[in-house]
Amino acid sequence: MSATATIVAESPRRLAVGEPALVRRLLIGIALGFLALFVFVPVAVVFAYALEKGFEAYVQALVDADALAAVKLTVITALIAVPLNTLFGLAASWAIAKFDFFGKQLLITLIDLPLTVSPVISGLVFILAFGARGLFGPWLQAHDVKIVFALPGIVLATVFVTFPFVARELIPLMQSQGKDEEEAARSLGASGWQIFRRVTLPKIRWGLLYGMILLNARAMGEFGAVSVVSGHIRGLTNTIPLHVEILYNEYQFAAAFAVASLLVLLAFVTIGVKHLVERRYRSRSPDHGPAPGGAKS
Amino acid sequence: MRLQRRSSLPGFGITMGFTLAYLGLIVLAPICLLVLKSTSLTWEQFWQTVTAPRALASYRLSLGASFAGAAINVVFGFLVAWVLVRYEFPGKRIVDALVDIPFALPTAVAGIALTTAYAPTGWIGRALDPLGIHVAFTPLGVTVALAFIGLPFVVRTVQPVLSDLEPEFEEAAASLGAGRRQTFLRVILPTVFPALVTGFALAFARAIGEYGSVVFISGNMPMKTEITPLVIVTKLEQYDYAGAAAIAVVMLVVSFALLVCIQALHSWTRRRQGAA
Amino acid sequence: MKPNRLVTTTILLSLAMMGSTRLAAAKGTTLLNVSYDPTRELYQEVNAAFAKQWKETSGEDLTFRQSHGGSGKQARAVIDGLEADVVTLALAYDIDEIAEQSQLVPADWQKRLPNNSSPYTSTIVFLVRKGNPKAIKDWDDLVKPGISVITANPKTSGGARWNYLAAWGHALRHSGNDERKAKDFVTRLYKNVPVLDSGARGSTTTFVERGIGDVLIAWENEAFLAVNELGKDKFEIVVPAESILAEPPVSVVDKVVDKRGTRKVAEAYLQFLFTEAAQEIAAKHFYRPRLDSVKARYAEQFTKIDLFTIDDVFGGWQKAQKKHFADGGVFDQIYQPGR
Repeated sequence: MSATATIVAESPRRLAVGEPALVRRLLIGIALGFLALFVFVPVAVVFAYALEKGFEAYVQALVDADALAAVKLTVITALIAVPLNTLFGLAASWAIAKFDFFGKQLLITLIDLPLTVSPVISGLVFILAFGARGLFGPWLQAHDVKIVFALPGIVLATVFVTFPFVARELIPLMQSQGKDEEEAARSLGASGWQIFRRVTLPKIRWGLLYGMILLNARAMGEFGAVSVVSGHIRGLTNTIPLHVEILYNEYQFAAAFAVASLLVLLAFVTIGVKHLVERRYRSRSPDHGPAPGGAKS
Repeated sequence: MRLQRRSSLPGFGITMGFTLAYLGLIVLAPICLLVLKSTSLTWEQFWQTVTAPRALASYRLSLGASFAGAAINVVFGFLVAWVLVRYEFPGKRIVDALVDIPFALPTAVAGIALTTAYAPTGWIGRALDPLGIHVAFTPLGVTVALAFIGLPFVVRTVQPVLSDLEPEFEEAAASLGAGRRQTFLRVILPTVFPALVTGFALAFARAIGEYGSVVFISGNMPMKTEITPLVIVTKLEQYDYAGAAAIAVVMLVVSFALLVCIQALHSWTRRRQGAA
Repeated sequence: MKPNRLVTTTILLSLAMMGSTRLAAAKGTTLLNVSYDPTRELYQEVNAAFAKQWKETSGEDLTFRQSHGGSGKQARAVIDGLEADVVTLALAYDIDEIAEQSQLVPADWQKRLPNNSSPYTSTIVFLVRKGNPKAIKDWDDLVKPGISVITANPKTSGGARWNYLAAWGHALRHSGNDERKAKDFVTRLYKNVPVLDSGARGSTTTFVERGIGDVLIAWENEAFLAVNELGKDKFEIVVPAESILAEPPVSVVDKVVDKRGTRKVAEAYLQFLFTEAAQEIAAKHFYRPRLDSVKARYAEQFTKIDLFTIDDVFGGWQKAQKKHFADGGVFDQIYQPGR
């Protein structure tokens, strides 16, 4: 494989614990082969379809008024869901990793709960709560407050579905790191906020970043739950994934995949941002541990 | 719940308070509603609904395929994370970005794309079909779809842990005469194990409930390739909210039990590591 | 306390964003038409025509909002609070449920407009591959061994329920009303089905794009659309000797239009569907028109076919739904293990 022939030379120190070049290439080959079967091919399908009718049609599909409305709604939803769940993830992982209390395991498991709930049901629970026949339905209708089939419902469903992402990323990480350094800082008289800012955050930033990337990707890509609470009103309550479905069902395959490719591109953008952040940190504080995905020195 | 703090660190009150309030509001309250809805059935009705042959067949498929998918991800997801953290190769950044695709892609699109690729006329299906391997519209197809959506969970939970792994440990092990295999088994794997378990649990849990990407590739044949979420949808289609809630509650209980087991395993290994 | 402030700021900002984002309020009157999947192209054109006419007669600007999805899912959304001014769904059962579950429309909604409140009709036909290699001519050909039939899952798709009922009706008529024989017929039919997509359009894609199956059972308008959009040179339509009369119904949602003050325009809109102009549009989109004048003009497009109705054969949607598609119903029995 020519792709693996250009493995960059590493320092002799690393080679002492690394694998022989052959094994390395083999592993890279297997990993890429697996990804090809499971991820690359579907992505290629998306782009192949998206560009089927030429680049012009591709752009046309993206600047369509309904598509733009869907993008706007999706971005707004993510802008609300991501900070909320990030904040929750930080709070929960701090409480869980730094303190001992009864029922901790239960709490961790409860945090995972939204993942196990089928997206179909995640939407349904909010219908049960806020729908016209739901628990708060009559009150909401009397006060003309719209939750389901409007933005708040879409946001709620998204928050529910992406609930555990940052927390789940941070809890194992912070648990494995222990709390010695934080306690040392405490004994030196640092305040809680200072400890978090100066000691904990630098240690967890990659996990936090990964969690937020996953959270964002999932928030923008969620289909099932949002589909239940959206009402599918064209140009009004359709997010990008719902708009894709609509186009697909209209036999506008090229346009559907063009809009879907937006979400693929989004994944690239977020990873690009991740690398920028990494580089900034590396140049500012080279001693703060290696960046994931970056070369070790 | 009796809360006790044995830590000199501050911030327990606010973080714990916020965690519980947010958890209660966003997750527990809606789920309680769901359980409440299912109680509008009598006990016999509930039992009949959740043990109907179609439902039972769907549990088998959903659990089995989810487990298989998550297991595939543990092996290959670890490998992908390892390769991404440890090695350099051209196009690595792009590969790194592509790992998130299963999340970013709307599940419906993922389902359509996978079906397109794995159908007998598709790019991959065309190659597999002559070998007698049928993926689309079989339980294997369901597994492929579930492996697809779970991949980022394993890669992204293992990746930070792997990159935090100080080479010094491995060097120390190597200098003490440990072979690469021993170093891997005794040093690397135990450190990564909790993350792997977490990744498995997340991928598994996510797979059980997955609907959008699976309905396209599964073929939805009753008793054969019908996943549990589809059974829920058919209940809703009959305006049977209570029946749908009943099946959902069963799924919830099963996956919750599994999560508890995995969590127990997790803390057991952590304790053992701490003792060692 | 900085963390405290962080928490409150984030939450307040989130709430503020939710509150301040007024999703595009259009000027003038808006009407929300909640419809099922295959009617997008139809209502796009009908809406434009009616908005123009409404502007001319009343001077009022009228903006349409469209929502499309599976018929049952759309009905549930309306029941659960989606504020539809009018519903235009695939089967009367779904509007019946709106009436029964939420009283948003009166129980006798179907009597308010002519022709059972369905301005256009369709029927169930077959789509086969070019040249009809398996020589499929009628329903009986579908149950032959070795024929691969594509249809959606009637438990999740309203359109697929019409398919099922058409097959059942055919079998019943040819067996001297022997229910056992009809059941045997549909059982053999579904034995020939390799994939049950969750929606009607999904099964069209399976047949057209994936190349699976010898014949697709579909709405007539869907079959026409598939041929026109996806390949005139690849598929052809086979019309069986008899089939079911599919009557997609429409209704004003009374409680919503009274609350929003849109009753007048919503009723005028549905009346408009029965006018020559709208019937012409419907026929153009391959729905069978009700109006004789339009029918005559499109006589060539729509093959003459012996149509039976759901009321004749099944005694209405409520009965059909309960007997065939409810849990434990005939469709479930087909797939019971041990058969």
